[in-house]
Amino acid sequence: MARVVVDVMLKPEILDPQGQAVQRALPRLGFDGISDVRQGKRFELEVDGPLDEAALARIHDLAESFLANTVIEDFTVRVEEAAEVAEAAK
Amino acid sequence: MSRTPLDTVEHATATPDVELPWAELGLKKDEYERVVEILGRRPTGAELAMYSVMWSEHCSYKSSKVHLRQFGEKAPESDALLVGIGENAGVVDVGQGYAVTFKVESHNHPSYVEPYQGAATGVGGIVRDIIAMGARPVAVVDPLRFGAADHPDTKRVLPGVVAGIGGYGNCLGLPNIGGEVVFDACYQGNPLVNAGAIGVMRHEDIHLAKASGAGNKVILYGARTGGDGIGGASILASETFDDAKPSKRPAVQVGDPFQEKLLIECTLEAFAEKLVVGIQDLGAAGLSCATSELASNGSGGMRVTLDDVPLRDSTLSPEEILMSESQERMCAVVEPGKVDRFLEICDKWDVIATVIGEVTDGDRLEIFWHGEKIVDVDPRTVAHDGPVYERPYARPDWQDALQADDAGKLPRPASGEELKDQVLKLVSSPNQASKQWITQQYDHFVQGNTVLAQPEDSGMIRIDEETGLGVAIATDGNGRYAKLDPYHGAQLALAEAYRNVATTGAKPLAVSDCLNFGSPEDPAVMWQFAEAVRGLADGCRQLGTPVTGGNVSLYNQTGEAAIHPTPVVAVLGVIDDVARRTPVAFQEEGQLLYLLGDTREEFGGSAWSQVIHDHLGGLPPQVDLEREKLLAEILISASRDGMIDSAHDLSDGGLVQAVVESALLGGKGARLIVPDGLDAFTFLFSESAGRAIVAVPRSEELRFTDMCGARGLPATRVGVVDGDTVEVQGEFALTLTELREAHENTIPSLLA
Repeated sequence: MARVVVDVMLKPEILDPQGQAVQRALPRLGFDGISDVRQGKRFELEVDGPLDEAALARIHDLAESFLANTVIEDFTVRVEEAAEVAEAAK
Repeated sequence: MSRTPLDTVEHATATPDVELPWAELGLKKDEYERVVEILGRRPTGAELAMYSVMWSEHCSYKSSKVHLRQFGEKAPESDALLVGIGENAGVVDVGQGYAVTFKVESHNHPSYVEPYQGAATGVGGIVRDIIAMGARPVAVVDPLRFGAADHPDTKRVLPGVVAGIGGYGNCLGLPNIGGEVVFDACYQGNPLVNAGAIGVMRHEDIHLAKASGAGNKVILYGARTGGDGIGGASILASETFDDAKPSKRPAVQVGDPFQEKLLIECTLEAFAEKLVVGIQDLGAAGLSCATSELASNGSGGMRVTLDDVPLRDSTLSPEEILMSESQERMCAVVEPGKVDRFLEICDKWDVIATVIGEVTDGDRLEIFWHGEKIVDVDPRTVAHDGPVYERPYARPDWQDALQADDAGKLPRPASGEELKDQVLKLVSSPNQASKQWITQQYDHFVQGNTVLAQPEDSGMIRIDEETGLGVAIATDGNGRYAKLDPYHGAQLALAEAYRNVATTGAKPLAVSDCLNFGSPEDPAVMWQFAEAVRGLADGCRQLGTPVTGGNVSLYNQTGEAAIHPTPVVAVLGVIDDVARRTPVAFQEEGQLLYLLGDTREEFGGSAWSQVIHDHLGGLPPQVDLEREKLLAEILISASRDGMIDSAHDLSDGGLVQAVVESALLGGKGARLIVPDGLDAFTFLFSESAGRAIVAVPRSEELRFTDMCGARGLPATRVGVVDGDTVEVQGEFALTLTELREAHENTIPSLLA
């Protein structure tokens, strides 16, 4: 078992109303010094079988076609460092 | 990162030979040459950005203008019209000191690319048009057209569009009271997402978009400006001026309905305190449009400091700022003494507001960036003197063959059993099936003034709690009819919307339209457009309902294949007391069903020909607008005097479709008798225009038939509200349970 993380963020030039709402709330709550907030989504995928190139390519496909709306969002795919995951799996 | 020098007016004058990417920005060679001629030098990058967006088809109406003039030239005399075509939206007097503004616009292309945000920002745009007139928005409507209901891409586009409309409208707290959903393969690669809105104000509160009075301040307020919708400008920015920039900006804008809600409240409060001289919303072409329109509609010029525009992305170039279509922004012109109060109100609503310039006594629009002049133009040349094309048009050679392919020759059902089978097929077909799965995703009743909403013939909103004064709106458009005959097809759309308003008891007053067509560069499409506009203008003159404004959407096509010509017509009506409205649903057993109007063998473009034979040919139903007027008068009188308890207009699907809808909504069946002189098939399926079916209480029968007789409107008794089946005597009977299952399951099973 391996864990792959897909991060999905709105493209930088796209308006992010949720991030803005968070940013506006910060000074009200006494947290100063944050000039911008962007909010995204993180997906953790537990992969059966070996995490080879084919598997990663498949995940890239599913991220592109399903997890992210590539018209307005960017995504990154990365493999979670295995140590902890492997430990937990035992 | 090396930046090329700023392209100032001075720089442009000094470097006349620099090649600008005018073609990439969508300008034609002769259009670019005209810009050079107007300016007497080459434009700067920023000027080119402004001209290119303002002279686009979308903003300049360059292909449609010569035809649209008919709406003004043929406009009927109407005391009700307070503001006509050309402003953000038309305004109509509805009595008791109230004025109503309404408009329909398209957001077709963005909704195909990104269904949720495309549709959502469509709602946002039309609502800002309404507030720019000084009115409080009270309702929205959404006429929609999608590809085949069972096509996989429809399942991508439709739920996104519906969720986007619902999401934005519901967040704004605006009830969605009407519209349509139509499926046809011709819209597969090009869905039509039209959005309409209604606003209410007192007569004295009407505001117009103009900037007058030298020294008055120009205030930009609302959301920050980002890189939304500037595909064109980025070409300018990246390929010519600064190669380090990302070369492709998305054309998609993301809306923020909560920001829009703040904008509504803040704008209306500023209006109420009479702080505003002129106002303009920022939609297509953003600041380019707002500054040039405000300046050219006013008396003087304008000077703008672009550095003062609040940005979401500090790397934007001046060209991009001018072209950005970031949502939820407005531009107001305010007298200097009132600026502080205006900013205070904005601050109270948490809306960012910035003085970006002022009105000057010259006649130039000057825009500065880092202290240097980058735009120096006559704003009228940008906003109003765009190119005008007399595009060639010609009746397509296939039109005769299409019209000769008469739907009357199609095989008809021969037995009661076959009729029954076809009735079930009809009422369960995607176009005729219940759209509740879709419309239930919209909030119909927020604000508590909704009197009627889908699936009624028209949406109705109460605007005065004391007197019960209300307005009704219906939108209609049948692309199949318009394909067969664009002139009469457009009139049929008008007639149907007009009839729908009258059926609910309201008096039709005015028209807005959204004209959706293919490419104007195709003479066949241009002919369809010219014919439809001519038909609509003639029809409006005859019905006495002026066109108050609207929108043209061209280039709706995939490759060579254009959509059916689809003029969507919205008719607005007024009702003195909404308690007198007439609903669609059958109310009481024993009431008599009367068919009003004449039924002929008319099946061209009909729902029956589509559902049973997948056929489109022949001629659409005849149009008789004098008859429509008479029918409307009868329906309104009958509603006011309590002579009818329910009414339904007959249109696509014919009488049987109308009866089934009334029966299912009322939970009461009907026994129908085929009247003398008609066969059962024609009686049930014909789509002759100028008809309605009404339920008359027995006590009112004589009074009602006398009225129809005296006014010369054919009224035929065709049955009675009764039982829990829809029965056509001697032919077949269907239980309400069977009908409900057929009618209500189709859309959820295809799309849910």
